[in-house]
Amino acid sequence: MAEFSVIGKRLPMVDAPEKVTGAGLYTDDLALPGMLVGKILHSPHPHARIRRIDTSKAEALPGVRAVVTGREFPNKYGILPIGHDETAFAVDKVRYIGDNVAGVAAESEEAARQALALIEVDYEILPAWFDAEETMKAESNWIHDEKPHNIEKEYHHNFGDVEAALAAADVVRSERFVCPEVTHAAMEPHSTLATYEGGRVTVWSSTQVPYYLHRTLSNVLAMPMEQIRVIKPLIGGGFGGKSEVCPLEVQAACLARKAGAPVKITYTREEVFYAHRGRPQQIVELTMGATRDGRITAVKARIVQDGGAFCGYGPVTILYSGALLGAMYDIPNLQFDGYRVLTNKPACGAMRGHGTVNTRFAFESLLDMVAEELKIDPVEIRRRNLLKPPCLTVNQLRVTSYGYPECIEKVAARARWTEKKGKLPFGRGMGFAGSHYVSGAANAINRSEMPHTTINLRAEADGTVTLFTGASEIGQGSDTIQVQLVAEELGIDLERVKLVAADTDRTPIDLGSYSSRVTFMAGNACLEAARNLKKKMCEALAKRWGVPVEELESRRGRFYHRNGTGKSMSFEEAAAVSIEEFGALEATGAYSPPKEAQGGKFKGAGVGPSPSYSYSAQAVEVTVDPETGQVKVDRITVAHDCGRALNPITVEGQVIGSVWMGLGQAVQEEMLYNQGRIMNPSMLEYKVPSTLESPPVDCLIVESIDPEGPLGAKEAGEGSLAATIPALANAVYDAVGVRITSLPITPEKILRALREKEKKKAAGNGGAP
Amino acid sequence: MTKESIQLKVNGQRYDVAVPPNKLLLDLLREDLRLTGSKRGCDDSSCGCCTVLVDGVPQLSCVMLAASYQDVEITTIEGVARNGELTPLQEGFCVEGGAQCGFCTPGIILVAKALLERNPNPTREEMAAALSGNLCRCTGYEQIYLSIEHAIKKLQTAPLEAVPGDD
Repeated sequence: MAEFSVIGKRLPMVDAPEKVTGAGLYTDDLALPGMLVGKILHSPHPHARIRRIDTSKAEALPGVRAVVTGREFPNKYGILPIGHDETAFAVDKVRYIGDNVAGVAAESEEAARQALALIEVDYEILPAWFDAEETMKAESNWIHDEKPHNIEKEYHHNFGDVEAALAAADVVRSERFVCPEVTHAAMEPHSTLATYEGGRVTVWSSTQVPYYLHRTLSNVLAMPMEQIRVIKPLIGGGFGGKSEVCPLEVQAACLARKAGAPVKITYTREEVFYAHRGRPQQIVELTMGATRDGRITAVKARIVQDGGAFCGYGPVTILYSGALLGAMYDIPNLQFDGYRVLTNKPACGAMRGHGTVNTRFAFESLLDMVAEELKIDPVEIRRRNLLKPPCLTVNQLRVTSYGYPECIEKVAARARWTEKKGKLPFGRGMGFAGSHYVSGAANAINRSEMPHTTINLRAEADGTVTLFTGASEIGQGSDTIQVQLVAEELGIDLERVKLVAADTDRTPIDLGSYSSRVTFMAGNACLEAARNLKKKMCEALAKRWGVPVEELESRRGRFYHRNGTGKSMSFEEAAAVSIEEFGALEATGAYSPPKEAQGGKFKGAGVGPSPSYSYSAQAVEVTVDPETGQVKVDRITVAHDCGRALNPITVEGQVIGSVWMGLGQAVQEEMLYNQGRIMNPSMLEYKVPSTLESPPVDCLIVESIDPEGPLGAKEAGEGSLAATIPALANAVYDAVGVRITSLPITPEKILRALREKEKKKAAGNGGAP
Repeated sequence: MTKESIQLKVNGQRYDVAVPPNKLLLDLLREDLRLTGSKRGCDDSSCGCCTVLVDGVPQLSCVMLAASYQDVEITTIEGVARNGELTPLQEGFCVEGGAQCGFCTPGIILVAKALLERNPNPTREEMAAALSGNLCRCTGYEQIYLSIEHAIKKLQTAPLEAVPGDD
C-alpha cells in the first residue's frame, strides 16, 4: 500500500474547532444593520384558485416595508430543466397546504406576523388529489394543466427478455411493498439572508447547491448572474433537503429587492416540514425469478411514486429507483415501469440514498423470501448473484471497483451470522441485506461540456496555499477531504492549506453536495490542481537552475534535480522562486466523469450512471416482544466499501449516520397526512430516533481501491442507508416469523401479522408463508 | 411592547439589557448579546439545540423568559473554552468526530459537561439517558459517545473543569 502523510489518518475536521466553541456562523446567526424579518403567508387549502389577493391593509401597517405576491416575480423555476413549474409565490393557484401565497418584510417579527394576518385572499376551492393511485385516474382539475392525469413522468425500461426468463424460472415470487414519505429533519431549519445594494443581490443561504441557487435567482429576479452573489455559510445538515432551491431562498431575494434592505427568512420547524422535498411515498410491486440453485434470472418492478405538488427532483428519484436495481447483483433480465405522479401535498425530492432506498427494501426482502423458498441461506444467495466487475450491467451501468463480496464476508464473520441466523430463540433474530450508491452522477443536471467541478489553488511566497472550491460542506466533512488531498499531493502540512469555499464571487463552479459526488469529483479536481501547481513550480525551478524541466521531480514537498547536480529546494522556497519568476503561482484542476461511465442512450438513461459505486452489507440483530410487537434493535454490523478511506473518522461518521437514518425510516419515521395536512410537523411528533432508540453500530471499512477515485476513494455518505431497512425486516422475520412489507415496521403491524398467522394456523392452513 | 431593564450573568460576564418582558432567553442571547452558539432547531422545545446551563444544570433557553433568570449563572457554549483553549470535552468532539454539521453540538457539549461534573465516569447508558433530550441527525450518537469518552479518559488524569464563575 502506498505511503501517505495525511491520507488515511484519523484527522479532525478542519471546521471542528469553530463548531465546538459556538464561533461558527450558520445563516440564521448572521445579522446586518437594518435587517428586516421576512415571513411567508402559506395556503390553508390543498388545491384552490386564487381569485384575488388584497395586500393593502398589510402594506399600510407600521413597520411593514415590503409585501410581495406571485405576479411580481412570475418566472418559473425548478431544479430540473424539464421541471420548471414553481414560482417564488403562487400565481393564480395554490397546490398544497403550505404553498406560498405572499411574503412580507417588516421591521419586527411581530409586525411581519400581523401583516400576514391582514392579507386578504379570496380562494375558489378545487377538488384535491391525495392518493397516488387515485390521482392517476383524474379526468379534470389537474394540478398542473400541462400534466394530464397528474402524471409528471413515466418511464418504461425493458432489458433482456423478462417474460421469457420468468416463464423459465424455477421459482417466481411477487410482493407489494409500501414505503411512506419520510423527511430529512436536519437540525438546522432552512434560512436565507438577502441584500440588495448598488444593483447587486447577495444571498447567504443554507444550501447544498450554491451554483443552482445562483442560476435560479438569476432566472426569478431576471438579473444576470454577475449581479448576484451566493454565499454558503456553515450548514446544519442537509441530507438532500437543501439540495434544490427552496422557496424561501428566492423569496428573501425578492423581498430584499423590493424593500431595498437586508431581509432574513428562517423557517419555523413546521415550515421545514411543509417545505419538505423528502423521500416520496412509493408503492413498489416487485417480481423476482430464480433458478433452483438461487441464481436470479429476472426482476420486474412497477413503482408508483407520490411526488406531491411540484416536479422538483421527482423524475430523477423515480429513475434511480429503477436504474439502481442494477449495479448491485448480476441480473440478466430487468424490467422497470415507473410513474412519478402529482398530488396536492408538499413536493418530495432528494433524500439520502435518493431513489434507491425503497426499492432496495423491496428487493432485499424479496430476495430473502426467494432464498427461504429455495432453502438457501440469505448470505449464500447473495454470494451466488454477485457481479463480476469490471462489467457493464444489463441496464448499461459501468461497475469498476466492487467491494461488496468482502463487505458480505466481513459482516457475516463479525456478526456471527452462521451461529445466529435461524438459531436464536423465538423473539430474537438476525437479518442480512446489502445496498449501494453512486459516487456522483455521471451526467450533470444541465447537460453541457462544463466540468462538474473546478478547483483553483493559489500559493503565497511563504508556501501557504489557498484552496478555492465551490463545493459545499454540509457537515459531511468535504472541506476536510479537499484540504487533505491538496496537502497530500503537495507534500505540505495540513495547516498550510487555507480554504475559501462556496462563494460564487470567489470560488469556481462546483455542482453541489448531492448524489455523494464531492469526494470523488472535487477530490479528483483537487489532485489535478495540486499536480498542475507542482508542474508550474518545476518550470520555475528549471528556469532558475538552468536545467531541462524534465529533469525535475517533486517528492513529499521537496523539489529535486535528478541528474546529479544534487540541487533541491523546499516547497516554501520553490513557491517564492515561482512567484519571482511568474508574478503569481496559481493552478487549476477540473473533473468531468469519463464518457464510458455516462450510461446508455435510452430515455431516462442519464440517471443511474456513475463513475463508481459504493457497496454496503449489514446484519441487524433484533429482539421482538411477541406480546407487544415492540422491536428492540440490539446491534447493527455494517461494512461499507468506500474505496480508499481518505479519513476513517469521517467515513465512519457518514456510514454510521446513514445506518442510523435508515433505522429511523425502518421502525419509526413517517409523514402522516390527513387531507393534505401534515399531522406530525414537529420534531416531537415526527420522532427521529433519540439516544434511547439508537443501538450500537459496529462499522467496518472495506477499501476496494477505485481505479478512478481520488487516491482510490469513492462515496461513503449515502450507500449504507438502504440496507438497514431490509436487514431489519429480515431480522424481524427471523425473530417471529412475520414478513412486514410496509414501512415503518411498527408494533401494530407486527402484532396484526402475528395474529393473522395464529388465525391461519388455527384454521389448519399451516404456517407456510 | 415596552422594554424593561434586566441584568444577566452569562459566561461570567454581567450584561444590562433592555428587553420586552416576554423575551425568551434564547432570543436575548442570539439577538441582544450576539451569542449565536445556542441554536433554535424546533418550535416545541423538543430538539435540545438551545440548551444552556443554569447554575450548571442543562435547561432549554427557548422556553425560558429571560427576565426570570437574573440571579443565576448562565453558561452558553461560548463560555466553555477557557482563554481560547478547548476543554477535553471540546477536544473530544473534534478528534472523535462528535460534531458533524455542528448544529446540535453546543447543546450536546453543555449536557455532557453537566453530566461529567456530576458523574465523572458515566456508562453508555448513563450518557444516553442524559442526552435523550438532544437530537442529532448526523451521527447516530456513536461518535458523540466516543467524544465524551475521550474527555473522560483525559479528565481522569487532570482536574475536572470548573464552571466559569465558580472559582
